[in-house]
Amino acid sequence: MAASIATRASGVALYVGVLIVAGLATALAAGPDAYGVYTALLGSPLGMVVLFGLTVSIFYHLAAGLRHLAFDSGKGFLPATANATAWASFAFAAVASVLVWAGYFLLSGH
Amino acid sequence: MDSHSYRTPLGRARGLGSAHTGVGRFIGERATSVALVPLSLWAIYAGLKIAPLGYDGAVAFLQSPLNAVLAVLLIAVSVSHMDMGMRVIIEDYIHKPLSKVVLLLLSTGVSWTFGALGIVSVLKVALISAGTH
Repeated sequence: MAASIATRASGVALYVGVLIVAGLATALAAGPDAYGVYTALLGSPLGMVVLFGLTVSIFYHLAAGLRHLAFDSGKGFLPATANATAWASFAFAAVASVLVWAGYFLLSGH
Repeated sequence: MDSHSYRTPLGRARGLGSAHTGVGRFIGERATSVALVPLSLWAIYAGLKIAPLGYDGAVAFLQSPLNAVLAVLLIAVSVSHMDMGMRVIIEDYIHKPLSKVVLLLLSTGVSWTFGALGIVSVLKVALISAGTH
């Protein structure tokens, strides 16, 4: 249940995320000034919260999507298996997101 | 069901069955899902890569043909996938016919408008040299 609604919620978040990425490309094509303003917004505290949320959404939706592709092929329906893969998807999203952001800040020296 | 109807069960069911378009949508949802597995991972890589670079670095990144092609594919496949996904959500939760149609048109319009804007912008950056600014 929770895994199912989280798949939809992360999908809606990623819908907005694609609009943000399209906006980034548009700002880049518009020139240095527009790109500077746009990336400053993304780099603000609120922007970073949004970007971290999108990172979690990508990893969760990815794991949930793979889980559903397995369901489509008739695998993973046993309650114990379905519960375990649901928890694994949540754990993967949390761990992968923290690793990516921690790795970025450590390696880029910010 | 009206028990006084003279129509046969077959007559009532005719025209209400499969529209024979479900399979295409089912396959489209799965095909875009599979394509987005590598593309979404590349999106995270690309985001991390251009985040510290600034304007010139981001332009140089997209002037690599491989990056430009992957960016175009990412946007096109994502827009197709999110259009189908949002359609399912709207159809599941919004039952008033007018609201449903308006939201479906709005969602498809917004996703493809932003998608086209994103793709044309990527191509502009990729194909027009940075020196023209």
